[in-house]
Amino acid sequence: MIYLNAFLFAGFICMLGQFILSKTKLTPGHITVIFVTVGAFLDVFNIYDKFVLWAGGGALVPITSFGHMLTHGAIQGYNTEGFLGLIGGTFDLTSAGITATIVITFFFTLIFNPKD
Amino acid sequence: MEKNKYKDIVDENTPKENVFYDCLIAFITGGIMGVIGQYLIEFYTVILNVPTKSAAVCMLVTLIFISCLFTSLGFFDKWVNFCKCGLIIPITGFAHATMSAALDYKKEGLVTGIGANMLKLSGTVIIFGVVSSWVFSMIRMVVGLI
Repeated sequence: MIYLNAFLFAGFICMLGQFILSKTKLTPGHITVIFVTVGAFLDVFNIYDKFVLWAGGGALVPITSFGHMLTHGAIQGYNTEGFLGLIGGTFDLTSAGITATIVITFFFTLIFNPKD
Repeated sequence: MEKNKYKDIVDENTPKENVFYDCLIAFITGGIMGVIGQYLIEFYTVILNVPTKSAAVCMLVTLIFISCLFTSLGFFDKWVNFCKCGLIIPITGFAHATMSAALDYKKEGLVTGIGANMLKLSGTVIIFGVVSSWVFSMIRMVVGLI
């Protein structure tokens, strides 16, 4: 059942992005920025956590979960360390993704040559 | 007369963007990405015996690794052109943007090429994500104080 939820949720987010991309003159960069901001906003009152419970991996794969995890880390840091945790905890949950992207990209760029 | 003929030929050869078809493709491919994510989370929970939260991190790293590998092998660009938002909105789009920018500037050297331009396309996501999450968590903090 959770697989169906994951399919519907991730598909719906991607369809929404494709609709905005087709109907307006925004670039894919704008679309991802919009979705990250929306994800960060949805975490303010723990709405996105319900999506994660409902759709599992389907809610974690889209870029909205990136914004969700940034806000989540900041709020978690504030709860444990006070005001300093608000800036210190921002990357707590997303650092794995960012570090993995940068390290993997760096070594693959050294190994592979661009294809034309 | 010549002008009209030219216009007809241009109209004939311009690729028609079918919004419904594009949205359907994005829906299906994005949904498949979600199902793969959920499957990987359950796979890692069973294999590595880790809690769901760590399994989610493993899943993201796996997807990033796969899309970086496919981008450097050269055929991920065609997939992105076909699926569009179905692969741009998931985390694969973030990895793809980073990887293709790094590959494009490889010839300019390690520091001025790869180092300076790696986050050229995907840096916006990090910057806007951090700024908006800071603003929203400040709002949350102020609301919590009241």
